[in-house]
Amino acid sequence: MSEQQFNLDTVDHARTTPDTDLPWAELGLKENEFEDIKKILGRRPTAAELAMYSVMWSEHCSYKSSKVHLKQFGAKVTDEMKKDLMVGIGENAGVTDIGNGWAVTFKIESHNHPSYVEPYQGAATGVGGIVRDIISMGARPVAVMDPLRFGAIDHPDTQRVVHGVVAGVGGYGNSLGLPNIGGEVEFDACYQANPLVNALAVGVMRHEDIRLANASGVGNKVILFGARTGGDGIGGASVLASESFDDAKPSKRPAVQVGDPFAEKVLIECCLELFKDSVVEGIQDLGAAGISCATSELASNGDGGMHVDLTKVLLRDSTLTPGEILMSESQERMMAVVTPANMARFEEIMDKWDVEYSVLGEVTDSGRLVIEWDGEIIVDVDPKTVAHDGPTYERPYSRPAGQDATQADRFSESAAGRDRPAGAELGKAVVELMASPNLCSKEWVTDQYDRYVQGNTALSQPDDAGVVRVDEETGLGVALATDANPRYAYLDPYEGAKASLAEAYRNVATAGARPVAVSDCLNFGSPEDPDVMWQFAEAVRGLADGCMELGVPVTGGNVSLYNQTGGQAINPTPVVAMMGVMDDVTRRTPSGWAPTEDGNAIYLLGTTADELDGSEWARLKGHLGGRPPRVDLAQEKLLGDMLVNMSRDGMIDAAHDLSQGGLAAALADACLRFGVGARIGLGEVAERDGVDEFTLLFSESQGRAVCSVPRTEEVRFKDMCTARGYAFARIGVVDAVNDALDLQGVASVPLAELREAWSGTLPKYFG
Amino acid sequence: MAESLPSTEVPLIADLTPDVSDERLAGVRVGVVTFPGTLDDRDAARAVRIAGGTPVPLWYKDSDLQSVDAVIIPGGFSYGDYLRAGSIAAKAPMMREVHRAATADGTSGSAPLPVLGICNGFQILTEMHLLPGSMIKNDHLKFVCTDQRLRVENTETPWTAELDRGGEIVVPLKNQDGQYVADARTLRQLEEENRVVFRYVGGNPNGSRQDIAGVTNERGNVVGLMPHPEHAVEPGFGPSSSGTEEVAMRYGSDGLRLFTSLLRQIVAA
Repeated sequence: MSEQQFNLDTVDHARTTPDTDLPWAELGLKENEFEDIKKILGRRPTAAELAMYSVMWSEHCSYKSSKVHLKQFGAKVTDEMKKDLMVGIGENAGVTDIGNGWAVTFKIESHNHPSYVEPYQGAATGVGGIVRDIISMGARPVAVMDPLRFGAIDHPDTQRVVHGVVAGVGGYGNSLGLPNIGGEVEFDACYQANPLVNALAVGVMRHEDIRLANASGVGNKVILFGARTGGDGIGGASVLASESFDDAKPSKRPAVQVGDPFAEKVLIECCLELFKDSVVEGIQDLGAAGISCATSELASNGDGGMHVDLTKVLLRDSTLTPGEILMSESQERMMAVVTPANMARFEEIMDKWDVEYSVLGEVTDSGRLVIEWDGEIIVDVDPKTVAHDGPTYERPYSRPAGQDATQADRFSESAAGRDRPAGAELGKAVVELMASPNLCSKEWVTDQYDRYVQGNTALSQPDDAGVVRVDEETGLGVALATDANPRYAYLDPYEGAKASLAEAYRNVATAGARPVAVSDCLNFGSPEDPDVMWQFAEAVRGLADGCMELGVPVTGGNVSLYNQTGGQAINPTPVVAMMGVMDDVTRRTPSGWAPTEDGNAIYLLGTTADELDGSEWARLKGHLGGRPPRVDLAQEKLLGDMLVNMSRDGMIDAAHDLSQGGLAAALADACLRFGVGARIGLGEVAERDGVDEFTLLFSESQGRAVCSVPRTEEVRFKDMCTARGYAFARIGVVDAVNDALDLQGVASVPLAELREAWSGTLPKYFG
Repeated sequence: MAESLPSTEVPLIADLTPDVSDERLAGVRVGVVTFPGTLDDRDAARAVRIAGGTPVPLWYKDSDLQSVDAVIIPGGFSYGDYLRAGSIAAKAPMMREVHRAATADGTSGSAPLPVLGICNGFQILTEMHLLPGSMIKNDHLKFVCTDQRLRVENTETPWTAELDRGGEIVVPLKNQDGQYVADARTLRQLEEENRVVFRYVGGNPNGSRQDIAGVTNERGNVVGLMPHPEHAVEPGFGPSSSGTEEVAMRYGSDGLRLFTSLLRQIVAA
């Protein structure tokens, strides 16, 4: 590199040229941040240092607007909650002890902006990134899930985004051999130019196999392995993920990474072999901010120093500048710290898998991260200032001026709310609800994902949670559900966040698993807007309070801000991923009744109030106002506990939680699951709860579930409800003879009609 | 079709031997080849184990078949399906050995090696010309994962000897490039020689010619199919239906019979 196409900006050069103009604003830094960097260094940063700080201090990497709030997740915990937590927030992903020497790590992340700019690659690399987080904990990834949110189903651009995102999630995940066991699909105009692509991965390991991202042991080798570094994804974290979209700016396509799932699959197997033979001391995946992140985090979490020669990085494009190499977010790369003694074995494993690697440098005890290029020092920083000492903002926030008016706009007082269907119209209303974009069958999406690979999937979409076996000997496994209700969160972010948490908790328990840990993906608009910041602060407070009440810790997660275009922010979307544990996954509870359950009693647990604000029915009628359903987490805990015990003791054959679409959607889902009908009487319960039949069917009161109970178990079932003081009512029977959802005395909906409406919606729009 | 050998003189299908001891089954060694990008190798090994046999992992770079009695080429995306599904894997050293053993001269006293290619394994076997035809992208151009009903058309292979001819099984299907195509002459020949082993029923999921889901070679020792029998071997983790009976959710295990069939045929041979 003697004839360089750029002027190498060395540390010495920076010292002697304090007034050189630097493109800090183009790199997404604010003026005060640039001043801080100069203060830390005692000089102006070099071009390479500026590149590192700009990506690591971006909103995406530094959580500068959110961390003052996120602290609550660490503060609002009890010792009891921490009991099974082996690794908490701050590492690549949290780790939970699930017993028998097994540990599980899971995490959910966003890849929102890239998925709008370039849907296929954005979604694909979203899956790739979260899977590498899981590998870098020492775990074998065993499943993925994808909560997806798109714009209005009939908007012309939604086609482009949906096709690209679904194909990207499938194309990448299927090629990795990871079953996709669930997620969500929501359509709402608020996501038109800001679709949300969240990706969850879960991995398992033996306790002794946990690996952390730190570089310890002076003289140990720092190695970059996997794919070569190219020009893709430069500034992805800073320029793309940490700013709002604005029509005036040029296309951001070059900031999107390009994925190679084959390289990632090989990397997974290669890493697992490294772990098995205890070849690495520390390991870190390369995601957002690439080498900048990996070197600064490894160094600052270890002995504090590292010396790296950037010219050793294997490149796809030889014209990249040092700054670009530091910022590149090329996929399928990992960085490992290896003792000299283990180098031979390391090389052997790389050769076996034909993975390229390059020793970049060594761990030092200098307390400095020093990076050289062609013999000249271009970075000399305290790595902690890059990785951990980024700015922290106490962003101003305030309750939006219109919030009171929004909450006063009750559905029941709207025109649509007053014009409620009754009698036979209720049958048509059920069909209309089940054909709606948000409650219709998601098979068009999920049939493009492999749910079988690895042979451990005990439950997947459309059931309430995905369940995978961890231990083939005992059947020990985990259940996972992801949920958000952004409409509730819009009406009341504190209660809405709690409702998302409650729903995820209920879903996992309904499947038969004991909820034990949370990961969250907090998708919001711009933190620079006080209204949005209020939504964020309230939602985090709600989640932290809720987790405390349920006794389930947050083990990690991700914040995605700036999901807005111009002044239009998305509805606040706190996605909660809940993990539960099952001693034997073959005891899992399906979400619908099978033909063999003919004659089983159908029970409704919980009570119903007039809570239609923010409901799916209100969405169908174009209404969003009022207050979301009240959440009582003590009741949710009680319900969850009952559902887990009922499943374990064989008291229920099927159960389905009530959430969006209320009782109507739950009954329809349960009938459609295996094509088996039911005869339901609404009158008694409606009278008990003091609501009309419409409200009983479509209200979204929390803390409810329907259960299919064998005749022989009814006494035990009722005894348990009575003993726990939980409201229950026998509302009907499973009917495998008449293929209908028969709401007796009101309307009978043939299952064929219901299925046609339910399964026709997505194919109609997407082919 | 690369095969020029006459139909084997070594009997491939033995008389059914109902009483086979577990010990003898466990003595059957079934190789499972892993390439970079293979995904369902552990599942194929599990299927062999559940059927009672002993799975033997085979690495694509090696050339030692380790005296296995049969070989499974499992599913996945070997080499990312880059270039063409299965085309690069077909050139691996291990596959040269598989080819040699699968086409062994029956008259020399060494029976040809039973080989089963599943999904990507089927694609690899066609790329090696151990099986005729080829797979192209599904006609609807999307990846599809579904519980697939199949009709068993040929029970004269070691992998299907204990299935019911004309009977149905349900196993998962999951692929992107699953549309079976061949020229008219080959298709005619396959039908005339009864070499279609499995056919899609209840709807063709990918546009395959003549609803073909799986075929065999002239000697019947090599079978390839797109659906995944190894994912229907264990109650609780399989498809939610069966070709023969009502089963509970995910309790379908029709695929197991391919593996037990193979093991018992080898013990009996």
